[in-house]
Amino acid sequence: MKNFKKFGLAILTAILMIFAAACGSDSSGKENETGNNGELSGSLVISGSSAMQPLIAAAAEEFMAENPKVDIQVNAGGSGTGLSQVAEGSVGIGNSDVFAEEKEGIPADELVDHKVAVVGMTAAVNPKVGIEDITKEDLIKVFTGKITNWKELGGKDQKIVLVNRPDSSGTRAIFNKFALDGATPAEGITEDSSNTVKKIISETDGAIGYLAFSYFTDDKVTPLAIDGVEPTEENVQSGDFPVWAYQHSYTKGEAEGLAKAFLEYVMSDEIQTTLLKEQGYLPVTKMKVERDVEGNQKDIK
Amino acid sequence: MEKVLPAKDRLLKSNKSGLNGELRGKMLVILCAIIMISATISITIFLGTKGMQSFTKNGISLIEFLTSTKWNPTDKASPMYGVLPFIFGSFAVTFLSALVAAPLGIGGAIFMTEIAPSWGKKILQPVVELLVGIPSVVYGFIGLSVLVPFIRENVGGLGFSLLAGTIVLSIMILPTITTIATDAMSSLPNHLREGSYALGATRWQTIRKVLVPAAMPSLLTAIILGMARAFGEALAVQMVIGNVRDLPSSILDASATLTTIITLNMGHTTYGSVENNTLWSMGLILLIMSFAFILLIRYLSSRRKLR
Repeated sequence: MKNFKKFGLAILTAILMIFAAACGSDSSGKENETGNNGELSGSLVISGSSAMQPLIAAAAEEFMAENPKVDIQVNAGGSGTGLSQVAEGSVGIGNSDVFAEEKEGIPADELVDHKVAVVGMTAAVNPKVGIEDITKEDLIKVFTGKITNWKELGGKDQKIVLVNRPDSSGTRAIFNKFALDGATPAEGITEDSSNTVKKIISETDGAIGYLAFSYFTDDKVTPLAIDGVEPTEENVQSGDFPVWAYQHSYTKGEAEGLAKAFLEYVMSDEIQTTLLKEQGYLPVTKMKVERDVEGNQKDIK
Repeated sequence: MEKVLPAKDRLLKSNKSGLNGELRGKMLVILCAIIMISATISITIFLGTKGMQSFTKNGISLIEFLTSTKWNPTDKASPMYGVLPFIFGSFAVTFLSALVAAPLGIGGAIFMTEIAPSWGKKILQPVVELLVGIPSVVYGFIGLSVLVPFIRENVGGLGFSLLAGTIVLSIMILPTITTIATDAMSSLPNHLREGSYALGATRWQTIRKVLVPAAMPSLLTAIILGMARAFGEALAVQMVIGNVRDLPSSILDASATLTTIITLNMGHTTYGSVENNTLWSMGLILLIMSFAFILLIRYLSSRRKLR
């Protein structure tokens, strides 16, 4: 009986040690080695922007199907989390929907930016509002609370209800910067998830919020054209439509090994033209304009 | 031939192995206790140091943090860190939901223990247990899909409101209050009931004048435990309250609580930034409040023992 107890204790210790060892290798983030025949193997942990998570996870799935010895984990958690974790080296790739330079407390010079996709977004209103086009000037007035009823803009006699994102949200930062020219929006309902925002806009009379293009799949909400420019893929690519942003994948230092192979895979034509479109993103390789951290836009030669 | 040890040795040996078993059990239990205690202490220390950083390292004034109603941490020129609206929102939904859930829960407990102990308990007990098992995200989702449109169409406002948060929370804390109140009522000694009936009191008089006052400290504990849960609930409230940074002026106004602001912002902020630190400070406030709730419960239960 006593022997059995000792045996049990030994097993328990062994299990604990294996568990601890497993945890240890996980937390090192990436571990990659290339086999003799050049076949990729190892594991890679990716974390960051929850908006990018479905895209990166889908790409990772296809990548793993092609390289069966590779294990890629894609976690969501927010851009801030992704940037913090990649900067401290606990994950291999950190996804962010804003430039690392824009986030406080991130050593941006240590990180290398890989722009993997472009997302276009625009203001969306409840269909009953009866407006499909808005000037930038009016849009700013609506979001700063200077216009409070849609009839002032030729719509229905409905009170304007703002649907915002949290202060620290990347989507909010992009919309404020490029659609509102940096104006601070007035207070309104605040929700983080795009699906919830869409639900609220579609159900609430007079509601206005902002969504990525991929959420305009049905007529539950009406996307607004800004200054007469339709929110379409072509207009974003040509640089005519102003509200768009890069989706960034950051690595600490130049990407190496598995992280490099994966990022190259994401940038390949195969992914950029098929998977990105399915997920509602625009291919970064098709952009005719580019932007720097300050938001200055210039043509690509 | 088996070796027979002298009686003295046998006694010493068995004694020793017995002591070993004793010791092993004792060590195991002590280890459990140490793990629990150190987990609590380390969380408290961590939250304490992280939560104080916004005041010590980032130089935000504690007075401004607790009393200002302006919250705008991302404004580069003049960031403002006033969390009063969120503290107010947390307390408002907590007290309002306790106000709704306490009479319901205690009423249900009285029904189960005094009015219909047999069939009432048979029906109500599983119902209450079922309510505990529903995850908070489901409460939030039902609130968002059913309650919010209902309030918008029938009561007014946007639907996203203190009222919606209150209703969702009161259903969520109802099981806590009901279960503890039921235990309190059924553990009352029977001679209280018999004595009251012997004096000619009716059943309702017995409940109102004898049983409820006798169980009062435990009933209050039930309510406070429910309030502690309401204070810390984040997900379900976030989905229905609207998360507006202004102080609400009516129960139909959208509002925000400490927990909803933390969950909305934590993923987007970077570790170590001022904004992230202020979120930790809000977490510290939540921890201090839960200590306060526990102290209150301690006080109430010590009062009960003195009787």
